[in-house]
Amino acid sequence: MQSINPADTAWLLVATALVLLMTPALAFFYGGLVRNKNSLNTMMMSFVALGVVGLTWAVAGYSLAFSEGGPLLGGLTYLGLQGVGTEAKGTIPHVLFMTYQATFAIITAALISGAVVERMRFGPYLAFIALWTLLVYAPVAHWVWGGGWLMSRGVLDFAGGTVVHINAGVSALVAALVLGSRKDYGRQAVLPHNVPFTLLGAGLLWFGWFGFNGGSALAANGLAGLAFSNTFLAPTAALVAWTLLDYFRTGRATAVGAATGIVVGLVAITPAAGFVSPGSALLVGAIATLPSYFAIALRSRTRIDDSLDVFAGHGVGGLTGALLTGVLAQKAWNSGGSDGLLYGNFSQLGLQALGCVSAALYTAVTTFVILKALALVTSLRALPRTEGIGMDVSQHGEEAYASGEGSILLPPETALVPEPVPALRPQVASS
Amino acid sequence: MKLIVAIIRPDRLNEVLEALYRSEVRGLTVSRVLGHGGETERVETYRGTTVKVDLQEKVRLEIGVSEPFVQPTVDAILAGARTGEVGDGKIFVLDVAQVYRIRTGERNEAAVTPPEVEHATE
Repeated sequence: MQSINPADTAWLLVATALVLLMTPALAFFYGGLVRNKNSLNTMMMSFVALGVVGLTWAVAGYSLAFSEGGPLLGGLTYLGLQGVGTEAKGTIPHVLFMTYQATFAIITAALISGAVVERMRFGPYLAFIALWTLLVYAPVAHWVWGGGWLMSRGVLDFAGGTVVHINAGVSALVAALVLGSRKDYGRQAVLPHNVPFTLLGAGLLWFGWFGFNGGSALAANGLAGLAFSNTFLAPTAALVAWTLLDYFRTGRATAVGAATGIVVGLVAITPAAGFVSPGSALLVGAIATLPSYFAIALRSRTRIDDSLDVFAGHGVGGLTGALLTGVLAQKAWNSGGSDGLLYGNFSQLGLQALGCVSAALYTAVTTFVILKALALVTSLRALPRTEGIGMDVSQHGEEAYASGEGSILLPPETALVPEPVPALRPQVASS
Repeated sequence: MKLIVAIIRPDRLNEVLEALYRSEVRGLTVSRVLGHGGETERVETYRGTTVKVDLQEKVRLEIGVSEPFVQPTVDAILAGARTGEVGDGKIFVLDVAQVYRIRTGERNEAAVTPPEVEHATE
């Protein structure tokens, strides 16, 4: 039994806060990409995961993922956080480890929302992310990190390429297919309403990702330094590669492309961060842009309305990163890891592929079942009319950019029971 | 020669533009306006302050057309803008005293006939 190490604990305290920040960052990234009338709803889909998924995680998710159990699922030992105290888990307090993992569960669920924005009703979405956390995220996290079957076979996933990104990306694709496309999709131009938001979001995601990957060393040591540096290096290469692709394909470097390039670089280095050399990290970032870039181009020509390209960014990016980990991993950089294909170990790539395929299959089927089950109880989608008005007003009773022009203040007592009467009645001349 | 003014829902603009394009109506002006057509009120709440949004965003189209295009234009707007619910908007058809095309100084019918149609009839 190890004891608590103050330096490790200090770093993980900071890293946890950094990863938590990634969810509001995602809200900005996604919020900028949708239309004005759906921007609050889109941002709320990320923000609300802080509550719903965080709570679900504390009540049951953490136990299912990280308590002693079978190869497929953890047990119920930590249900309601019983037994999760300040004792050492590794070299940090157990309760801090639980909180650190909670921030991962939150952002993973929030990532899926990008595929269903501008049409999914908010209530069913809340139910979906709660169920998804228990039935999809917790089991897959157990497989890879909690002592489950992929972990015992030696699949490498440093900070969540499979658990977080393939998982979210595949779920997003399934959710987009189950919900169907937006009514305007493919019929009229649906443009980002605030590209600066998207750039802000990408910047904050990068910042938070230092906690995501650097913190996944679960210690303040050389490995954390390697993962942290690789988290800096891979997106630099990805950003340059994406910009060059933009130049070659369209003659212009786009801002949305730059933001996407950063995120794809971050996604791809996530599984590899603590297993590959800094040089390999640059390579991972640069190579990963190609499949994602063309996945986006291809997807937008189909009827599949994965609205913010969660699959192309996170699914494809995560897959590329997981496979490249099997090629570029080096024991020389992390003795706890393995050598990859390039360093003479041919089996690691197969293991990586096994991890990707099994997680993707399980996630796809379970997500499909959850959504279809919810659809039996309630409708997942807003009516076309409601979609036209926009999800901000219809789901939240607010606008992102309300001017107040033409609005009448209601006295508090009438405000509680708004009567559905026409606002301007036909004017009758008084006698 | 008429001026057709239509007030429509913003989210129907694309359908209306498509319908107008199919009817070969080319020149038009679009503006964002606020208005109210008797639709059900919308209530919004901000930090305990509840407001009734009386004026809703609408889009105003202004289209100057020659007589043969009046009915096709009206039909296109009706088809594109109708949802069947209160608040779909209005179409006004107004007489116009005179029209000038600024580029050429042409008047009236010639001023509201698209150039390519002129060539076709020459």
